[in-house]
Amino acid sequence: MRRKDLLDIETLEPSEIEYLLDNATSFREILARPVKKVPTLRGKSVATIFFEASTRTRTSFEHAAKIMSADTYSLAGATSSIVKGESLKDTMLTLDAMGIDAFVIRHAYSGAAAQAASYVPHKPVINAGDGTHEHPTQGLLDMLTIRQAKGRIEGLTVTIVGDIAHSRVARSNIWGLSKMGASVRIVGPSTLIPADADKLPVSVYTNLEEALEGADVVNVLRIQLERMTVGYFPSIREYARLFGVSKARLAVAKPDVTVLHPGPMNRGVEIASELADDPEISVITDQVTNGVAIRMATLFWLMGAST
Amino acid sequence: MNLHLAGGRIIDPANNRDEIGDILVQDGVVKQVGRVDAGQADVKRIDCAGKVVAPGLIDIHVHLRVPGQEYKEDVASGTAAAAAGGFTAIACQPNTQPPIDRAGIVRQIAELAVGASARVHVIAAVSIGLEHKELVEMAELKDAGAVAVGDDAFPVQDSGFLRRAMEYCHMLDLPYIAHCEDKSLTGDGVMSEGYVSTVLGLKGIPRWAENIGTARNAQLAMATGCHLHVLHVSTKESVEIVRQAKRLGAPITAETCPQYVSATDEACIGYNTNAKMSPPLRTKEDQDAIKEGLADGTLDLIATDHAPHAAHEKEREFALAPFGMIGLETSLGLVITHLVKPGVITLAQMVDKMSTQPARLLGVPGGSLGVGDVADITVFDPDLQWTVNPAVFKSKSRNTIYGGTELTGKAVATIVGGRLIESAS
Repeated sequence: MRRKDLLDIETLEPSEIEYLLDNATSFREILARPVKKVPTLRGKSVATIFFEASTRTRTSFEHAAKIMSADTYSLAGATSSIVKGESLKDTMLTLDAMGIDAFVIRHAYSGAAAQAASYVPHKPVINAGDGTHEHPTQGLLDMLTIRQAKGRIEGLTVTIVGDIAHSRVARSNIWGLSKMGASVRIVGPSTLIPADADKLPVSVYTNLEEALEGADVVNVLRIQLERMTVGYFPSIREYARLFGVSKARLAVAKPDVTVLHPGPMNRGVEIASELADDPEISVITDQVTNGVAIRMATLFWLMGAST
Repeated sequence: MNLHLAGGRIIDPANNRDEIGDILVQDGVVKQVGRVDAGQADVKRIDCAGKVVAPGLIDIHVHLRVPGQEYKEDVASGTAAAAAGGFTAIACQPNTQPPIDRAGIVRQIAELAVGASARVHVIAAVSIGLEHKELVEMAELKDAGAVAVGDDAFPVQDSGFLRRAMEYCHMLDLPYIAHCEDKSLTGDGVMSEGYVSTVLGLKGIPRWAENIGTARNAQLAMATGCHLHVLHVSTKESVEIVRQAKRLGAPITAETCPQYVSATDEACIGYNTNAKMSPPLRTKEDQDAIKEGLADGTLDLIATDHAPHAAHEKEREFALAPFGMIGLETSLGLVITHLVKPGVITLAQMVDKMSTQPARLLGVPGGSLGVGDVADITVFDPDLQWTVNPAVFKSKSRNTIYGGTELTGKAVATIVGGRLIESAS
C-alpha cells in the first residue's frame, strides 16, 4: 500500500484512510513525550513550498518532519524566486536537482500540487492545500479528531457549514467522511454552494436549523470576509445571522454534538466565542494537535519505508 | 503541372454531385469533371480510387497569430498545418498583437501568404485595438482584402456599440463574425461550470454566458439586418437560440467545432491545460444537441478554432494557462469519426459544412468543383485509420487533447489553385 503522493482524498481508498488514521493515532503518543524526537526520517529532507501564506499548516508540517528527524527547508512565495516569475515547473526541477527528498506544497491555484507532482516523478509531493480543490491532511486530521471524539466515523451525521464553493477543506471532508461511512450535509448561502453540489455524496441545505437537526458533528468553515465585497452575501452581520453557529443554534443537534473549525476563526462571525471555547463541545485545539500527528503519518507513509 | 484526379468519389454539394468520376485540373482551374481521357501529355495522374474528391476544405476560424505571436504559429507553419489537415484555405481571426485593425496589416498578411500552403483570408477586428471604443475603417479594410469583421476572443459587451458596428457592417455587406459571450457571467472562470468544475475546484463558466451572448447577438442581427455568424457554438441552448432565430428570419449562420462533439468537460480532469478553451468543453447532453443541430442544418458549418500556444504557456497552473487548442490537423479525422461514421451527418453534409458553406459565408473562391472553378481540392480517405501524433504536426504548437487518439479519415492530397501541396503517396 504505497503511493508516490498525497494530492487529494477523492482518490484514496478507505483502507488507506484507515491506515493513516491508525498510524497518526500511534504518532500522537510521541507528541506527548518530553523528548519529541524519533529517528524515522533521519538523513531525509523535506521542503515546504508555500506559494500562498499560511503559518499554521506550514508550522505543523515542519514540526512533524522535525520530530521525525528530517531536515526541513521552507520556501515562501514572497521570498523565493517565485516572485521573479519562475514557473512552478522550474521551482520543482531546481529543488529536485538539489536532492530534496519530499515536497509539501500550498498553492493558490487548484491542481498546482498535482502538476508539481508530475514534475518530480520519483519523489513524494504532499498537497497542503491547492486553491479551492483539496486540503487532504486537513480532511484527515478532521477525521482523526472526529474518530477520537466519537469513537467512530461510520454512521455519524456530519454537517459542514459555510463557504462550500471556495473551500478545499469542505471537499476533502466530503470525500473522506463519505468514504468512511458518515452521512455528510453541507449548508451555506445559496451563492456559496457549488454547481451540481447535489451530485456530490452529500445532502445540500441552505437552512442552518434543518442542516443541524440531529447532527453528531458540525464542522464550521472559516468565512473569507472579502467574499462579501464581490456580492456572495450582503454583510457579515447577515451572514452571522443566517449561518453563525452558536450554542443556541445547536439545540437541534444531538446533545453530545462535537464542533470543529479548521482555523483561523472569525469569532462572532461563523462561530460564537462561547462555543469555540467550550471544551465539552469544541475540539478545535485537538484538531491542531492531530494535525501534527496526521502529517507525521503522511510523511512516514510516503517517505518512511524506502530506506 | 496539370492534374488528373482519377476514379474518386466526387462529392460536390454546390453542384449536387456525388458520383465516381475524374477531374482534370488545368491552369489552376477545374477543366473537366466526369470522364477524363487518360494518357494526356503533361498531366500528372493521381489515383483516387476509394477516396473522396471534394472541393477544398475551408476553415474560417484559425488563430494564425500573425502579426506578433509568431512563436506560436506563423503563416508558413499555419498554412502547412492547414494543408496537412486537408484545408485549402483558412480565415485568420483578428486577435493578434497588434490586432488586425488597419489595412496595412491585412496587406502584410496577404503578402506573407503569397506562395503559402493554403489561401489565407483575413477577418478584421471590429474596433481599434479590439477595445470596442472606435470602429475600424471598415471600407478601407474591405478594399485591402478583409472578408469580414469580428470580435473573436474579445466579445463586444456594449450592446449599443455592437448595434452600430453591425449596422455599419450591413452597409458594407460584410458579415459580422461573433464570439457570443456575456463576460460578466464568465468572470474569471476557466472551465465549464458543473460537477467536474466543482470537484476539481476550478472556477466555472456558466453556459448562460454563451447563451445570453448568442441570444443578444441574434436580436441585433434581426434589428440591423447584418449577417451574423456565430462562432463555436458549444451549448444545447445556443443551438436552440440559433434555430429559433433562423425560424424568425434572422440573417444568421452558426458553426461548431470538432472538440464540442468529441470531448466533454471531463477532459479537464487531471488539470490538463490543453482542455482549457473558450467556450469551454461541455457535457454529453450539449454534444447531442449540437449533433442534432448539425444534422438539421441549424449549424451551417464546422470550423476548428485552431488556437496555437507554446508548450511553456500551457505548462502552467490551470487558472493561468491560456485558453485554446489547435485543430487544423485533427479536424477532418474527428468529424468523420464522430459525425460521419456514426451516421449523424453524411459525407456530403460534411463537405457542405467544411467547404461550400464557409466559401459562401465569406464570399471567397472555392467550395465548388464546377468547370471553371478555382482548383482548390481536397482528396481524403474516409476509411483510413490513423493515430494522432502531435510530434509530427506541421503546426508550431502541440496543444491538443487528441494525442494518441485513434481516428478514421484523413486527407491524402491537398490541391490549392491547381498546385499539389500535400500528398500522402
